[in-house]
Amino acid sequence: MQDLFIFNLSNYTKFMSNQKNVLDPNKWIALYSDYLFNYTITRIDDAELAKDIVQETFFSALKAMKNYRGDASERTWLVSILKRKIIDQYRKMNSKKGRAEVRVNFYDEGDKRGSWLEECVPQTWGNEAESAIETKELGHAINKCVAALPEKYRNVFKMKTVQNIDTEEICNELDISSSNLWVIIHRARLQLRKCMEDSWFKN
Amino acid sequence: MGKKVMISCDEASTICDKTQYNEATFWDKLKLQLHLFLCKKCGLYSEQNKMMSKIFKTHLSNHSHHQLADADKKAIEAELKKQMN
Repeated sequence: MQDLFIFNLSNYTKFMSNQKNVLDPNKWIALYSDYLFNYTITRIDDAELAKDIVQETFFSALKAMKNYRGDASERTWLVSILKRKIIDQYRKMNSKKGRAEVRVNFYDEGDKRGSWLEECVPQTWGNEAESAIETKELGHAINKCVAALPEKYRNVFKMKTVQNIDTEEICNELDISSSNLWVIIHRARLQLRKCMEDSWFKN
Repeated sequence: MGKKVMISCDEASTICDKTQYNEATFWDKLKLQLHLFLCKKCGLYSEQNKMMSKIFKTHLSNHSHHQLADADKKAIEAELKKQMN
């Protein structure tokens, strides 16, 4: 009830003062470049590429200024343009390589159904494994393993696991289906599991 | 119900992953539990999957703050100014 009231009040004052957001491209770099860069680099794990995408976002925004209606904040508006740039980048990456690979569902592999389990039959990790979780060395090992993931798996895995972004949002942003997302997550986790087994739990 | 109760190891592993993100349905979890009861390998996988989640939670941080280099900012700004005129 209170929320509703506050909402109405803020709408009301906005209406009364007829306040619209205004764009000021002179301040864009100072105000938003770091935010946009951070946003991009968590989704595209390549600083050089992320820089180019941020730059292009500002240029596109400049061209699209006349379409800005002032309803959303300046930052929200810039992020919406950035999101489209990131999707474009993902489409490019998909068409170059890995599309066929990612589209394959591990249920449909005919004779090879279930073979992933045979290939990497879980080894018992021993009782001391649990107690060693907190150690710094394990932290280094897992970060190394994550860095070794293929770029596309790493992005999706981190968005889901580290940043806790909703499945639906990731799918929208990266232009993939949810079953596709779970295949990627599964493969990433399998690889991480294997990597940790080889580099950590065996010793 | 028309839904099958017995699931393959592949399906079990997907549900297993989803539970790590709290995204498995009640029916999914039920099927998984039954499968884990019958399949030792998946049971082990499931245990290790939980442990991996704990490891991720403890050691993968989201705190890295990236910044554009000042030189890069200036270059973008200069180009932007050029396009404004």
